[in-house]
Amino acid sequence: MIPSIRQTRRFYTIYHSYLILFFVFLAAPLIVVAAFSFNDSQFPSFPWGGFTTDWFFSSEGDKLGFFHDSELLESIGLSAAIAVVTTFLATTVACTNAFLFERFDFPGKSFLYMLMLLPLVIPGVLLGVSILVFGSQIANYFEDNWLIDLEFLRPGLTLVVIGQFAFITTICTLVITARLKKFDRSLEEAALNLGATPIVAVFSVTIPYLKPAIVGAAIVSFLMSFENFNTTFMLVGSDAPLTVAMFERLREGSTPVLNAISVILMLGSGVLAMINMSLQKKK
Amino acid sequence: MSLASSARSPIKIGMWLLLAPLCLWLLLLIILPHLELLTFSITDPEQGGFTFSFYAEFFTEPLYWRTFVRTALMSILATILTLLIAFPVSFFIAKMIKGRSKGIIFAMCLIPFWVSELVRTFGWMILLRESGVISNTLMWLGLTDSGVELLYTDATIMLGLVYSAMLFMVVPLVSTLDSLDDSYIEAGYDLGGNNWNIMREIIIPHAMPGIVSGCIIVFMLSLGNYLTPVLLGGKDSLWFTEQIYTQFITRFNWEQGSAFGILLLLLSSLIVWAGLKVTRQSFTKTMG
Repeated sequence: MIPSIRQTRRFYTIYHSYLILFFVFLAAPLIVVAAFSFNDSQFPSFPWGGFTTDWFFSSEGDKLGFFHDSELLESIGLSAAIAVVTTFLATTVACTNAFLFERFDFPGKSFLYMLMLLPLVIPGVLLGVSILVFGSQIANYFEDNWLIDLEFLRPGLTLVVIGQFAFITTICTLVITARLKKFDRSLEEAALNLGATPIVAVFSVTIPYLKPAIVGAAIVSFLMSFENFNTTFMLVGSDAPLTVAMFERLREGSTPVLNAISVILMLGSGVLAMINMSLQKKK
Repeated sequence: MSLASSARSPIKIGMWLLLAPLCLWLLLLIILPHLELLTFSITDPEQGGFTFSFYAEFFTEPLYWRTFVRTALMSILATILTLLIAFPVSFFIAKMIKGRSKGIIFAMCLIPFWVSELVRTFGWMILLRESGVISNTLMWLGLTDSGVELLYTDATIMLGLVYSAMLFMVVPLVSTLDSLDDSYIEAGYDLGGNNWNIMREIIIPHAMPGIVSGCIIVFMLSLGNYLTPVLLGGKDSLWFTEQIYTQFITRFNWEQGSAFGILLLLLSSLIVWAGLKVTRQSFTKTMG
């Protein structure tokens, strides 16, 4: 099965056709989504009404293009804002976690590490509802006892950020810890010998070394936040981030404007994926 | 403060400073919310005492427990299918190609999953609906006279589940298979083994950690999936996360929803635990 062991021709024919089928299976949904964004019809399905770019650029009429659909544009803005805040919080806490787990020994460390991994196996919907319940309980308590209205603990954008932060931090921590593990500590000691304080040594030697991992974690975190649906859907208030807005439209049965926005999303995540992969390679 | 302890204390302070965000995060966003969910599910909303009625409701209402069992069984099936489909592909990437082409093919597997799940599910809807691509291709080929509705069946849900979890099986499999030295496989053949022996005695045992972590993640993703069953399965998809959503958001019955949430959490922990136990893997090693 490995190159040094020859197999029969039939084996290779079957194996290679299987692989081709697999990649067709992977690519098919993305290709049709992109293709139908150019369909000159009210529906992203057959019959094919001819080629048009109206679903991107048209500013009026019954084919309102994505770049003029203020509702969708607003939801993109919201999603981006949520993603930026979540990314900043998650990568910051992930850095502190990485240093804690790599540099310190304390009782209960392995237990805490296991707890840290837990969000990976909690379904997103569940994480969402538990934070929803907890937030509301605290808000109710403050309102009943002190007449203080903690609006941010009610469904809304802050709660969405909190919910996404809760699981994205785990992923960022794993990415950054993996690189910190490979760091040669003698470099830091050299800085200390040259008279740097521990803090200065960490910021001038270790953090620059970690930079590719931090940027990588930030990219992953941004995309995970931007594209998250399960947790977000449980925590949104009246303002809908992009995935929620798209979901509502999908259920109603939408025009190909949804395909147009999907194409933009594919391009965006494609670019970010490339950047991330080239970062990994440089390691 | 003595001299000896003052030399150590900055390090101690540093540790506490790093420990604080971690503990706050885990306590406030993971542990306490789930404990609150548990408390909610066993508290009588009117009198405030202990009640088991929300769990009793689950066991007496067939719709609820059937949905639960169905979700679990379909997730297990989806996990098995994903493993079977992903294994040959991962083996090809890890063992049969080298260098540049390996990187490109691996990237081809990864890139679709950088795109939002919503977009991918939307793609399947366009492919499978009555006026969609596959139905029209079949008509064009003369295989059917009218459009075929391929959406809203259990098979469609299964397809969507397998598709959306594929990456999480391929990546751990590729990384464990990568670490298998080719010479072991060659030695197996030299000792007279055939493809089947080698697969069972050498490759699969070596890939076990990857298989387990892939299966755990795929199972969790299927169990907790909401988009795929709702969009590809339609009104009768009967997925348990959908029940949770309905109780919380539509019916505003938070106590019942919390009980469902706890049941889902129990089920998933049980299956993850059993999977680790049977294959003798540790949670920390498998996930980290």
